[in-house]
Amino acid sequence: MNVKALFLFLMLPVAAWAQGFAGLGTDADGFAVPQPGTTFDFPADHGPHPDYRIEWWYLTANLTGPDGTPYGLQWTLFRSALAPGERPGWQSPQVWFAHAAVTTPDTHYATERFARGGVGTAGVQADPFRAWIDEWALEGPNFDSLHMTAAGPAFRYDMTLDAQGPLVFHGDAGFSVKSEEGQASYYYSQPFYRIAGTLHLPDGPIKVTGTAWLDREWSSQPLSGRQAGWDWFSLSFDSGAKLMGFQLRNRDGSSGYSSGTWIAPDGVTESLPNGAFSAEPLATHSVAGRDVPTRWQVTVPHRGTDVTVTALNRDAWMDLSIPYWEGPVSVTGTHQGRGYLEMTGYE
Amino acid sequence: MRRAALHALLSHWRRHPLQLFAFLAGLALATGLWSGVQAINAEARASYDAAAATLGEGQFDQILPRAGDSIAQSDYVALRRAGWRVSPVIEGRYQDVRLLGLDPLSSPGRFDFGQVTARGNIGTFMGPGQLFATAETAARLDTDAQVIVSTDAAPNVAVGDIGVVQRLLGRSDLSRLMVLPEQPLGRPPLDQIAPHLRVQPSIQTADVGELTDSFHLNLTAFGLLSFAVGLFIVHSTIGLAFEQRRGLVRSLRALGIPLRQMIVLLAGEILLLASVGAALGIVLGYVVAAVLLPDVAVTLRGLYGAEVSGSLRFRSEWWASGLAIAIIGSAIAASGQLWQIAHMPILASARPRAWFMASQRSASWQAACAGLLALGALGLALFGQGLIASFTLLGCFLIAAALALPLLIRPITGWAETGARGPVSAWFWADTRQQLPGLSLALMALLLAVSANIGVSTMVSSFRLTFVAFLDQRLAAELYLRLDDPAQAEVIAPVLAAHTDEILPLLRADAQVAGLPTELLGVRVGRTYRDNWVFLDSTAEAWDAVAEGRAVITNEQFARRADLWVGDVVTLDVTALPIAAVVGDYGNPRGQVILGEALFQTLRPQALPQSFGLRSDDPARLRATLRAAGIPDSAMIDQAALKSFSLQVFERTFTVTAALNVLTLAVAGFAMLMSLLTLADQRLPQLAPVWALGLTRRQLGRLELARAGLFALLVSVIAVPVGLGLAWVLLAKVNVDAFGWRLPMFLFPGSYALLGLAAIGAAVLAALWPALRLMRTPPARLLQVFAHER
Repeated sequence: MNVKALFLFLMLPVAAWAQGFAGLGTDADGFAVPQPGTTFDFPADHGPHPDYRIEWWYLTANLTGPDGTPYGLQWTLFRSALAPGERPGWQSPQVWFAHAAVTTPDTHYATERFARGGVGTAGVQADPFRAWIDEWALEGPNFDSLHMTAAGPAFRYDMTLDAQGPLVFHGDAGFSVKSEEGQASYYYSQPFYRIAGTLHLPDGPIKVTGTAWLDREWSSQPLSGRQAGWDWFSLSFDSGAKLMGFQLRNRDGSSGYSSGTWIAPDGVTESLPNGAFSAEPLATHSVAGRDVPTRWQVTVPHRGTDVTVTALNRDAWMDLSIPYWEGPVSVTGTHQGRGYLEMTGYE
Repeated sequence: MRRAALHALLSHWRRHPLQLFAFLAGLALATGLWSGVQAINAEARASYDAAAATLGEGQFDQILPRAGDSIAQSDYVALRRAGWRVSPVIEGRYQDVRLLGLDPLSSPGRFDFGQVTARGNIGTFMGPGQLFATAETAARLDTDAQVIVSTDAAPNVAVGDIGVVQRLLGRSDLSRLMVLPEQPLGRPPLDQIAPHLRVQPSIQTADVGELTDSFHLNLTAFGLLSFAVGLFIVHSTIGLAFEQRRGLVRSLRALGIPLRQMIVLLAGEILLLASVGAALGIVLGYVVAAVLLPDVAVTLRGLYGAEVSGSLRFRSEWWASGLAIAIIGSAIAASGQLWQIAHMPILASARPRAWFMASQRSASWQAACAGLLALGALGLALFGQGLIASFTLLGCFLIAAALALPLLIRPITGWAETGARGPVSAWFWADTRQQLPGLSLALMALLLAVSANIGVSTMVSSFRLTFVAFLDQRLAAELYLRLDDPAQAEVIAPVLAAHTDEILPLLRADAQVAGLPTELLGVRVGRTYRDNWVFLDSTAEAWDAVAEGRAVITNEQFARRADLWVGDVVTLDVTALPIAAVVGDYGNPRGQVILGEALFQTLRPQALPQSFGLRSDDPARLRATLRAAGIPDSAMIDQAALKSFSLQVFERTFTVTAALNVLTLAVAGFAMLMSLLTLADQRLPQLAPVWALGLTRRQLGRLELARAGLFALLVSVIAVPVGLGLAWVLLAKVNVDAFGWRLPMFLFPGSYALLGLAAIGAAVLAALWPALRLMRTPPARLLQVFAHER
């Protein structure tokens, strides 16, 4: 068994999500399970929930350089628990891993980190907010004002973020259902960050500005056994409105469960029920030996939305222990704008 | 019918149990030695692989404390928080087992704990605690952690999660950190975060497998030669069994057994016997390996620091190869006989001609073969390149020598016969010559055994002499001092100056010279170097030129790889310097260029000496003085201790070599015994007239013994040049191709004489039983010879 296999094994909950191992998303031995009607408690809920199997702090940003070149950026910290709860030192059952990426129109840089909980190399604290793994950090005085760094062998970035709007809760006030069988997670976002900073790429530093979207999600039973993967969209329209939508693909190829949130410029949300949001592949691209859709038709009929979503760089493949596609997109059609696309479970 | 035919064929073995025994025992001995040696090699290699995989040692840079052997866990966290991608390791002794604690999440190495996935839970590995160890190590561990037997674990090491091992050792610190190959941009230097730690670069080149290959090569050569000897036995027994059954085969064919069925039956019979013999051989090989492995393990550990498991596993790579080679060997031996049966007219006279009577034609055919092979060997010796050519050369040379043996002995006996005085002596020589064809296969086996022993022991002894001389040269100073911190050097400089006769700082740096990765060594030229270093080739006043920075010395590895020798010019950075001398270097596989201290400091001003050789009349006092000045004992190496340890290791090597010597001689002696026993019955018609003329049975028996001794003597004499040729190929061809250096060859006439005596002893011992049988032959049987005159 090589390290990669070990990691894959270790990350089974996530692997089940990303690659759809049958039966693994469904049982929750000893872990807490999301319940509808729970009220969030901030700032505590910005921090970790060790009784749940899996959790993440997932930030994506659409950036623009001084010459107008578009860039994409990702900073993600995952928590994956081998057992519920927290214990001190090496006995901690909490495993942390993180992905960072920078996408340019020609190149995609991605890197990852792994760390054990309990000894101080990685963790999250709610107040003052601080999420870190190794030298990577997402920290602020508070959740609305953050400083973010990450580095890999070929890139490094240093950013500041300022929230321009309220937190947004998906599904039923943050209780987000993921399948017809009722698998669910807690899910809220801060989609209103203004971001600025410097990308350090092999050709030199680049000053960038743009918008960022932070997703917070935790659960113990993310996927139904018959779901193979998902396509997730976060789109920011020039009108100021935003759309989050995802669809879960079934193993048998049938179109599966979909869900989404329409976010008005002032942060008022409308939860989109199963079927209200739909995404159809328009073109696929061969990357890492798989065919991945990199152009989509996304529709929300009752909102009069029919847009084409196109990848900025079709090769934004995250060639990491858990491989998936994640990159910036542009939006044309009834609405113009930018956003991010994540696709998992493409074999 | 088929059953009856099979019955008839097999009855031969029932009536000749000795032949059955010879066939099985010969094959078993050959397979046993081959698979035993292969087993040892396989075990050792598996141990290196496991060690490399588990410990990651040598593959990755490591972070170590500048002083002591402990790193605080907070240092680990601080380094990671600063951007250093490192993985923690804790190491300690627990119930005399080396416990190794790792973090499976951050560790860069490949940990083949197949069982982790098989048993399903990494959480169990990291949480309550599991240790992975070989069965041998696991049996010695008594702990509350769950010990899981892993075939992939390194010998005498138990691997567990870092938290588990910390708990078992009762510690909360770390031993070292492995530095991952990929590091992020913007990482600050180590001394900004933890100035009390240092990075030790990985030693990519000094791969343990590479160093130990020479040792395994010796063993493999032994295994192959013993197998060749064993095949001679098998060949002769199969030949005998077929010849003796020609009559039977004719009768069966006459009775209506189809030829095809006959061939199938005979082939099946050989396959069955070969399988039984090979199976016995594999058991024997296991025993040989199990007995020798502890010595081999000690040798390898001492010689190269390679940890080898002392316990043996039944690996398919050696037993399957043993089985295959035995069956293929038997098939080759039987194929000629089967071909003859297939082409024999059904009713051809089954005259009881002795199977061994070589016709004049086969003798000349043999001579032609020997000549061709010898020519091939000569061509390969002159023009061959690479390991395969060297091994082919080895094969051609040995087979040529074996084939030529009877052709060499025959004229000697003929010459002795002309010079013989008296009828008994004349008869003895004539009879000796007469027996030569029947014994020639056994004698060839003996020749191979003796010359293999001469060759391999010459190689091992030459290696030992060279290595000891090399140790003397390289470890001339009485005491060696290794400092982690160059600043320490300044502190103890006055102490050193006051208490030593000569200080030899050693400067090291890596460089690319002539396009090759090379180690630069800076030395302070003085009495020690001038008196002790022996060059393979040098100009006059080489040391003066080096001291003045006008020239350099290279080691043989560098000279061979770059093909630059004395008088050629090497370019260091931009400075071109001639090579003043080439020195033999048997301690490492790297190319080295040796410069004077002053020149080195000009080229590499930032490199500071961390190693010192210290000359002193009283090393014990010097050691005490340095200890008092704060130098830890572990930083000082006593030359005498190091040397005596190396010599002990060689003694072990000799134990292994001697044991294999005895075994190959035993195999050859056995071949001789079998041939003599076979001949004994057939020789009665020749002996009966001599007995009738008045020689007593006792006298005849003594003559038999004398003849065996004489043959062995002749073979031993011929074996000396053959063995030396073998040694030359091993030292001058195989070694150069495999390791880049040529070992000088030394001669050991005393041990060759001893080997000759051992060979004669083995032959006489082999002849003893047939001779005794002859002495006890009832006169009536001898008389029957005349009654049953054919």
